[in-house]
Amino acid sequence: MKVTEADVLRVAELANLELTSEERVRLLKDLNSIVEYVDRLNQLDTADVPPMAQVSDRYGVDQAKTGTQRFAYASRDDVLHGLRPSLERQEALKNAPKSDGEFFKVPKVIER
Amino acid sequence: MDLNLLTIESARTAVQERQITATALAESFFRKIQSEDGNIHAYLELCKERALAQAARMDSLADKGELLPPLAGVPLAIKDVMATRGVRTTAGSKILNNFVPAYDCTAVTRLEEAGAVLLGKTNCDEFAMGSSNENSAYGPVRNPRDLSRVPGGSSGGSAAAVAAGTAVAALGSDTGGSIRQPAAFCGVVGLMPTYGRVSRYGLIAFASSLDHIGPITRTVKDAALLLRIIAGRDAMDSTSAEVPVSEYSQEIGRPVRGLRLGVPKEYFGEGLDPEVGALVQAAIQALAQKCGCEIVPVSLPHTEYAIPAYYLIATAEASSNLARYDGVRYGFRAAEAGTLAEMYRRTRDQGFGAEVKRRIMLGTYALSTGYYDAYYLKAQKVRTLLARDFDQAFQTVDAIVTPTSPTPAFKLGEKADDPLAMYLADIFTVVADLVGIPGISVPCGQSREGLPVGLQVLGKHFDEGTILRVAHAYEHARAAS
Repeated sequence: MKVTEADVLRVAELANLELTSEERVRLLKDLNSIVEYVDRLNQLDTADVPPMAQVSDRYGVDQAKTGTQRFAYASRDDVLHGLRPSLERQEALKNAPKSDGEFFKVPKVIER
Repeated sequence: MDLNLLTIESARTAVQERQITATALAESFFRKIQSEDGNIHAYLELCKERALAQAARMDSLADKGELLPPLAGVPLAIKDVMATRGVRTTAGSKILNNFVPAYDCTAVTRLEEAGAVLLGKTNCDEFAMGSSNENSAYGPVRNPRDLSRVPGGSSGGSAAAVAAGTAVAALGSDTGGSIRQPAAFCGVVGLMPTYGRVSRYGLIAFASSLDHIGPITRTVKDAALLLRIIAGRDAMDSTSAEVPVSEYSQEIGRPVRGLRLGVPKEYFGEGLDPEVGALVQAAIQALAQKCGCEIVPVSLPHTEYAIPAYYLIATAEASSNLARYDGVRYGFRAAEAGTLAEMYRRTRDQGFGAEVKRRIMLGTYALSTGYYDAYYLKAQKVRTLLARDFDQAFQTVDAIVTPTSPTPAFKLGEKADDPLAMYLADIFTVVADLVGIPGISVPCGQSREGLPVGLQVLGKHFDEGTILRVAHAYEHARAAS
């Protein structure tokens, strides 16, 4: 498959990136060379192969258990504080680029 | 006291036996960092106050004549992708240039509870994306063994600090080889534990199904000691496994005679530097002749598909994980933006470096409508085939031995303009991340130019004990020859 300029624009928009025109040219070239390389996966017939999103459900768990039972050890009761109290508001706002002491501040979203 | 020769065991013993106070030891490391790290740039941030407070705690325990905890006074470095409460944590990115976490990574907590003294945060490729440490927004790390060369990546700062003697040991993270490859390039030991063995809580996410925390050390025994401390179930990470943790430092003393070691032919073909190949073959011979292991040829037929599968899965997960960096709650925010959407885009445009943007773009592409089945889903199916390769091989062997990297450390700038060439530097390491098995890199000699080469030992899930035993036996056989 070939990546087009339109693809680069579409994907940048999905990824919330703007990109300079130089960056777009460079990414078009890089993505095409990487995509050309990864296309070799099509040499493999995987019609009957199940996908594997993660390894946690295959190894180190009790295979005799199924479904959520297999991960019962990792669940907890749905309670107010869970494993630890939430961060205090002030602590949570400490790293904010802009806040009013109560909320994170961002540019206006809705024009009136 | 020669700081370059200290191990975890000798540092702790020195503090326990009052040959030196933990405070004096920490101060001598800070002096050494001050005088020697300028050329190497392994550290991004030092946490002197925190280190000296911890050292003082250990000294007061020692004053009372109490038995000290297992890492008492041992000076360690932490890769800057792990959150440290009150200590700036950047992940090597401009977008986190002013981020000060409100909590500690579980692995860091466990080290400090065991008495370790944290010296500072080490340089790395931005968001751990890279194989040379050249993608750090704060400038590259240089290889202490040859300053014109890269230390490897992405845990380049951690490996360089251990190699340069500016830390006794360090924590790194490995998503496609980022602990093992820099360990090989810098001539130190790097251990990636099984997926789920060490909690990822507080590890800044790159690719969540592939991210691991592990030790970088001078000796295999030190890796065993650190793993024992950081391993084990943590309620704060739902993927951390409920599998018992062994006394690895005792396990490594068990004989390896009769262990069956697989040598996969796919790892010794085209692209392998002949000098690296010869050194690794010699190491395998030593394991057979001096240690009494049985060498068994095996095949991992899907090896050549590991890199393409990896770069689709890792970038897809990264594109999702990095969506959180939007300039709202923490980190960098672009100054001039009229609307919220503009603020997101400009913040990300200015905050992320070229490689991170490249991977976000590739990952977003692989997940986007019309391409999901062809790329992301396909890669996940190939991941199953790779897992089956190893399941099959491990029916007949106890561990697998390979080179860690196809070449020794390359020059700064050598691959900086060719992303694909850089990705291929991970060709022998990515598969263990995809399959979730543990792997260790142990030094096995050096090239004619004096560059270190690593032997990689891969093991079964949750069987770190065996790969540590093999690496330890080899390390001792090599030292004796």
